[in-house]
Amino acid sequence: MTVTAILVLAAGTYAFRVAGPLLRNRMARTRGGEAALPPRLTELMSVAATTLLVALIATATLTDAGSFAGVALPAGVLTGGVLAWRRAPFVVVVIAAAVVAAGLRALGVP
Amino acid sequence: MRSIWRTLDAALRRDLLAVVLAIGVVGVSFGAIAVSTGLPWWMPSLLSVLVFAGGSQFMVVGVVAAGGGLVAAVLGALLLNARHLPFGLAIGDVMGRDARRGLAARLFGSHLLIDESVAFAMAQKDPARSRAVFWALGSAAFVVWNLGTLAGALAGQGIGDTDAFGLDAAFPAALLALVLPALRGNPRTRNAALLGAAVALATTPLLPAGVPVLLALAGLVVLIPAPKRAEVPA
Repeated sequence: MTVTAILVLAAGTYAFRVAGPLLRNRMARTRGGEAALPPRLTELMSVAATTLLVALIATATLTDAGSFAGVALPAGVLTGGVLAWRRAPFVVVVIAAAVVAAGLRALGVP
Repeated sequence: MRSIWRTLDAALRRDLLAVVLAIGVVGVSFGAIAVSTGLPWWMPSLLSVLVFAGGSQFMVVGVVAAGGGLVAAVLGALLLNARHLPFGLAIGDVMGRDARRGLAARLFGSHLLIDESVAFAMAQKDPARSRAVFWALGSAAFVVWNLGTLAGALAGQGIGDTDAFGLDAAFPAALLALVLPALRGNPRTRNAALLGAAVALATTPLLPAGVPVLLALAGLVVLIPAPKRAEVPA
């Protein structure tokens, strides 16, 4: 690892992060005074972000380094998901997911 | 910062605290794992301050430790972080309101854009609350991630993998709890997200990390209105 590599990664990551807010600002401004985007575009961007989050959840839950993640991890997330669906408090969802995954692993489940 | 924290009600503060705590623990593990691969103690901290994106930090350290090339490691980590662009497009408004006053806030706030701050901000209905949640979680996460990294790097190899505590299940579950209301109430969003997740899962074994998640955007095709049948005049 070199400092140069870290700086390149940092600059690239920041560029990805800052591009969204700046582009959004520009799109709003070119439509004149009020910072308003067309509702269709706002919906599209919001659905896109939710879609990315769900894909992130799915891949983080079911895969590990490109292959199947085992049983404990999906079982933990599924427990959390069911609790969230039944409107359990957020903290309960998070702790239950961790406890189930950790418990199964302690029992030797992969 | 203080005033932002105070505008949040107790329940929301507790939710944020749970996520912040978990981020801190993973930060400790990152610092410990990074020095165990032979990096000097300050290098994981340099990554945590300047990059502040956990997945890509673990990835770059892991690839280099496994003997992979530095260029490949950095490119892979950048691919993993490309999702921040569409995230920023969706929530860019939570950082600062109007164009002139908001520029500094956008430049600074962009560095605090992480999966969790995006999901938490999007889960709020009121824009003022979204903004407060984004800044509160983003800055608290930045602080604990960096304190954790430093502590882990100094404590060294004694700290292992946090998978034993089930933290790898806690993060997806937290994100799921945050996006669930948007999926429950909106069939268009739900269909796009489910199709996107299927595409991401199907392509995960074939493509480098980060790309499958971006390909999930293909799920947005469900938003294209079905072509209306031409009305045949009787």
